Amino acid sequence: MTRLPTFHAAKWDEPLVMELGRPGGRGQLFPAPEPEVTDAIGDNPVPAAMQRKDRPVLPEITEFEAQRHYLHLSQMTLGMMGVSLFGTCTMKYNSKTSEFATWRPQIAEVHPYQHPDTLQGVLEIIHDFDGILQSLSGMDQFVFQPGGGADAAYTMTAVARAYWADKGQLGQRTEMVTSIQAHPCNPATAAAAGFTVINLPLEENGYPSLEALKAALSERTALIMLNNPDDMGIYNPEIREWVQAAKDVGALCFYDHANFNGVMGKLSARELGFDACMFMLHKTFGAPKAGGGPAVGAFGCSAELAPYMPAPVVVKQGDRYALDDDRPKSCGKIREFWGNVPQVVKAYAWARAMGAEGIQMASDISVVANNYMDHRLAQLPGIARSNPDVTARRMEMTRWSLAPLHEETGIGTVEIANRMADYGIDPWWMSHEPWIVPQPFTPEAGELWSKEDIDLWIDVLAQIMQEARDNPELVRTAPHNQPIAQVKGDAFEDPSQWAMTWRAYQRKRDQAQAKGAA
Amino acid sequence: MKIGLVVNPVAGLGGAVGLKGTDGPETVAEALRRGAVAQAGPRTRRAFARLADRVPGAAITVAPGAQGADWLAGLDLSVTIVPLPAPTGSAQDTRGAVLALRQCDLIVFAGGDGTARDVAATRADRAGLLGIPCGVKMHSGVFAVSPEAAGAALADLVANPDSLRWDDTCEIMDIDEDILRAGRLVPRLYGLARVPRLRARIQAAKGGPRQDAQAALAGAAAEIARQMQPGTLYLIGPGTSAGAVMQAAGHRPTLLGTDALLNGRVLARDAGSKDLESLAQDRPVKIILGVTGRQGFLLGRGNQTISDRLIAQAGRDGLIVLATAEKLDALAQPVLWVDTGDPALDAALSGFVQVHTGQRQRRMMRIGAAA
Repeated sequence: MTRLPTFHAAKWDEPLVMELGRPGGRGQLFPAPEPEVTDAIGDNPVPAAMQRKDRPVLPEITEFEAQRHYLHLSQMTLGMMGVSLFGTCTMKYNSKTSEFATWRPQIAEVHPYQHPDTLQGVLEIIHDFDGILQSLSGMDQFVFQPGGGADAAYTMTAVARAYWADKGQLGQRTEMVTSIQAHPCNPATAAAAGFTVINLPLEENGYPSLEALKAALSERTALIMLNNPDDMGIYNPEIREWVQAAKDVGALCFYDHANFNGVMGKLSARELGFDACMFMLHKTFGAPKAGGGPAVGAFGCSAELAPYMPAPVVVKQGDRYALDDDRPKSCGKIREFWGNVPQVVKAYAWARAMGAEGIQMASDISVVANNYMDHRLAQLPGIARSNPDVTARRMEMTRWSLAPLHEETGIGTVEIANRMADYGIDPWWMSHEPWIVPQPFTPEAGELWSKEDIDLWIDVLAQIMQEARDNPELVRTAPHNQPIAQVKGDAFEDPSQWAMTWRAYQRKRDQAQAKGAA
Repeated sequence: MKIGLVVNPVAGLGGAVGLKGTDGPETVAEALRRGAVAQAGPRTRRAFARLADRVPGAAITVAPGAQGADWLAGLDLSVTIVPLPAPTGSAQDTRGAVLALRQCDLIVFAGGDGTARDVAATRADRAGLLGIPCGVKMHSGVFAVSPEAAGAALADLVANPDSLRWDDTCEIMDIDEDILRAGRLVPRLYGLARVPRLRARIQAAKGGPRQDAQAALAGAAAEIARQMQPGTLYLIGPGTSAGAVMQAAGHRPTLLGTDALLNGRVLARDAGSKDLESLAQDRPVKIILGVTGRQGFLLGRGNQTISDRLIAQAGRDGLIVLATAEKLDALAQPVLWVDTGDPALDAALSGFVQVHTGQRQRRMMRIGAAA
């Protein structure tokens, strides 16, 4: 067994940045304007009507103090560089080379309102990355406006709405069909776009039956939205028949490629018959997803649907790149400008560094790593694999259940996730809603992780399961080696207990104190 | 939280010897004569051994002797015994014990549907129920899936009472055993009980919007009520889910019976099948149904007033089903069962139905013939 880490996170009694420093504290002292400047434009270049009357409330600290403050805060996190087999999120190394690339002035200092002639470099990257995604999916055009996977799913529903409106059938095509195991953003975005959502249940094979799909489809179906493999790691072998059944009633087909890692380079959404798909650049394509930071859901579709996409689209005209905004059938803006362009640049850098062969190999490694993991996890008493009767090998991740251990000890997936942080291991992903599998957890050992990392992760889990039997209280009250103990989820339901701004914090703190005094 | 325990020591006696139940002292005597061995006591011990393992010293208030205390002897639990007269061997014993346990917040009982009925009928309104499955018939939704699961659920509740959430819509169902022994299954819905929501399938609070099952049901019901067609007779079956459609249409539902609506007006309340059939003559009919918890019955459990003739008239397309996603997720199998008594009709109903789970939200569910 691997030597388990003895770990304790730093704990700083760190005030808010607004509470640090002193009046007059500054990070930068700017020189007074030279006489030549004041002679030309006066003492204050800001017109009187635009000058603010009060001073902005900003932290008054030195640059050094600001650095130290944020260092302390970062020391109280797991840093997104630990062993994090966070399923459905395809955790990858975010290369510093691509990070530095986006700090170059050609990306960092450009603005989408510039004339395209001054943006040729970044437009070329977007155009060429579009080409890379086209070759991976078989689609004819991509846009990068959506700010994440759910936003890309919403883009699909907006495109479908525009498409059916253009065909004069929007009044009839009112339904969207999906599976209960699809990511909840699919039903949610379809509902937001005004469609009635029809969910298919999982049946004996671990995926919905073709029969159920056919019963749900009709001339009212506007589109179907599917992911495959699903979060159980099960690949639906009937996927071609599914797409055909939807085509038979004239519906559009959307492939949510959230779980692309295990099949990238192996299949093409277009070859399977889909009309559109989406990739998450901040997951599969190596751009950072740290802490919910900027994301990109790359949305691609067939030439038939392309007129309905959000505008603008980057096009090549001769040897120049241009922004095509003249798209009268477009569904409109999904997000401002062209999306999170630095993420596109990082994903482009990843794809170019990997190459087609590298992408193929990464896909193979991710499936082999998960199957190695499945093999070892199956030997731990107290956990059970989802859909135990499915004998086909799982793809790049597998959903497991802690129900047997929970019944035996009262320790479930939430408690074990908390305890993992005591070993410096990032808490695991449990499951999207609804929890079809009780006490779920979903590890995903993608191509980044070494065998040593995977073994460490499993050994830590085995250790905690033993702790659950020997000393359940230790696990129930975890984490113990982290800067804060358990987060009380109920606080999220009570607006008086949280604040998004300094001003709101002050107001709510004063209200709480007044209430306490009364 | 105060937990009480009552065991029906003769529950389950009939099953192994082919008696389909153990209601009444004569049947108990017949079962014993055929060599039956009582199940309820040992199964109770299995459940409470799990609780004692997990939460040593947990406090339990129990009925004396074979009605409770005997089966906990030697377990690491803090047992308080309530005094009761000597047992008579009838259902009165269970009822008496539940009355003696009226201070308890949760009554754990070991038995089957008959016991569940007795406990539900006698309990204080605020008291929740949790059944240790011991009976021959267990159509009610109050039972844990196994004695160990019941013990584990108890341990969760004792260790973490703040996590307790109640569900007040659990069906108490039972079958008339005399008719069952004659070869027919005629279960009835006897009422609704309060049960603890078991946590295994519910995520801990983590922020974000919380799904409100009752709001989703009300949304589904409002949509169904809005889409009702003039001239069509709507039969609203028993239970809170179907009843929500009556409420959405502005009427008080008969929770344990079937109501009829035409053009927004109530034509009949708690009606029998003959009355319903005469109302359905010469006009289209649609049937609004809920689903029984955990078992997943659509027709043939508790709604026999909706006759084969009415079901055949409506057809599968005339069934309007509503249930919360939570209820569908908790079904033992992903199937809605029909048992109309007519195999040909059951076969005709088999296939898929769209269950309304919320406003503009549906779930495809397979309908299967139970027989």
